[in-house]
Amino acid sequence: MESHSRIVSHALTTRWDAAYSEASPQLDYRRQKGASAKPRLTPMRLSSRGLLFGPVVLLVIWEIASLAGILSPRHLAAPSTALTTGWKLLLDGTLGPHLVASAQRAYVGLAVGVAIGLLLALVSGLTRIGEASIDGLVQIKRAVPTLALIPLAILWLGIGETMKIAVISLSVFIPVYINTHAALRGIDLRLVELARTVGLGRLEFVRRVALPGALPGFFTGLRLAVTTCWTSLVVLEQINTTKGIGYLMNRARDYGQTDIIVAGLVIYAVLGLVSDGLVRLWERKALSYRKVIGS
Amino acid sequence: MNLATKSSGWEARPVAVEARGLTRKFSGKTILDNISIAIAEGEFVALIGRSGSGKSTLLRAFADLDDDAEKDGQLWLPESSSVLFQDSRLLPWENVIRNVQLGLHLSPAELRQKARKALADVGLSEREQAWPNTLSGGEMQRAALARSLVREPKLLLADEPFGALDALTRIKMQELLQSLVKAHKPTVLLVTHDVDEALVLADRVLVMEDGRISHERHVDLPSPRRQSDARFEQLRAELLAALGVFSPNNQLQHAGDRP
Repeated sequence: MESHSRIVSHALTTRWDAAYSEASPQLDYRRQKGASAKPRLTPMRLSSRGLLFGPVVLLVIWEIASLAGILSPRHLAAPSTALTTGWKLLLDGTLGPHLVASAQRAYVGLAVGVAIGLLLALVSGLTRIGEASIDGLVQIKRAVPTLALIPLAILWLGIGETMKIAVISLSVFIPVYINTHAALRGIDLRLVELARTVGLGRLEFVRRVALPGALPGFFTGLRLAVTTCWTSLVVLEQINTTKGIGYLMNRARDYGQTDIIVAGLVIYAVLGLVSDGLVRLWERKALSYRKVIGS
Repeated sequence: MNLATKSSGWEARPVAVEARGLTRKFSGKTILDNISIAIAEGEFVALIGRSGSGKSTLLRAFADLDDDAEKDGQLWLPESSSVLFQDSRLLPWENVIRNVQLGLHLSPAELRQKARKALADVGLSEREQAWPNTLSGGEMQRAALARSLVREPKLLLADEPFGALDALTRIKMQELLQSLVKAHKPTVLLVTHDVDEALVLADRVLVMEDGRISHERHVDLPSPRRQSDARFEQLRAELLAALGVFSPNNQLQHAGDRP
């Protein structure tokens, strides 16, 4: 009690800093360090650049191991070699057509798959007969790995581009369907009541309440779909191709060119990340209403 | 007992809403038990009661929001009604003015003019382009009020509209509702758990208990109504007693009774 009253009287007559340092050196120490007396318990927020820490460390170790001869180029090329090889391939025009061929497969398959997934989700999410006819089938399809359908797809569609695009679409429509359908089914009942009290018709309800409400779910599905389409592509480009990143990598395997294989892997990674980034950008724009002041 | 014929002059007016023998059961449990009431055109009726007394269920029956109930009884409602919910229920993906216009079918020019007028009435003109989740709780409820009144309803059904607001905002909203009701003259059914709110706003207060209307009180207080008036306090004590809560006066008596 006594010490408290002493602090107060000091604070009234002298500067705060002086009063505190005189009264309690420990308090002043904390203040200068800017640290709280209580433990944080949760980790501090990581900046987006912070995410690069792991990959950069891996690259450095990898490069050093290659230079030191621990990693033989027969097993794995050094990152710098792969990068120069990729750059050379790009400059001499070898890479361009393969890149275009791969991207075309992936994105045509993606577009078709997303369209199918969205359409089925709307029919199944907004009508009872639709849900009865569609949802069970999709759930069964989901349990079957898409790549297990390749043998049948080859028998029906041959080994050309049609088959590849069909298989990519098949693997892509599932995440779009599942997430959009779930969002439509999980629509906020309070908003449904509101729509009834203001006398919305069925079409107007779908347009102004159901669809915007399902949009976040659709975007979740789309982001998964974008990653999925590249995954399927890798497998499909091992079958009867003369163009595409996968073909390039397969041929490099025959000749033991690990630098080209690594360059191919990097290209897949970059394309996947860029696609995901684009979808996220679009998502942020479309769902801008979610932004709350201060976040 | 015919509840519609009790003093105060409202019985002279045409009836806007009437329920006869209204019964609602949910999975076998009776929530509304043979309720009969009539509300005159332009009358402001407050419905109070403890949680579970059925007051919200009665409002939802009037709003035709009880599909899953076993229904019995008769109900006459005006052709246009709108509901003011406790949560504002603004569509988060549409801005304030689009929310106000929801469900109105008019020409674009008329839509804009009406919605602007409604937003001006509730003092939200500057926020017409704002996203709902950038509004404060009071602003959201004002937007919801604008949305309710822009369609000029004959019947306004308000389900604890200010229950989630802080005390100061609530008083402001009550004043706003009072002045807008005076201007638009809808018939109002207000469900509330706040006895003072009922006494400040309503022409008549109904108390519900176990799915029945257990008490009725015409509020003959002069306006502006002050909670410090002796008559106001007397009515509050009466209603609190009807709700089964000891009023401050009763508590004092009880304290005095103790040996």
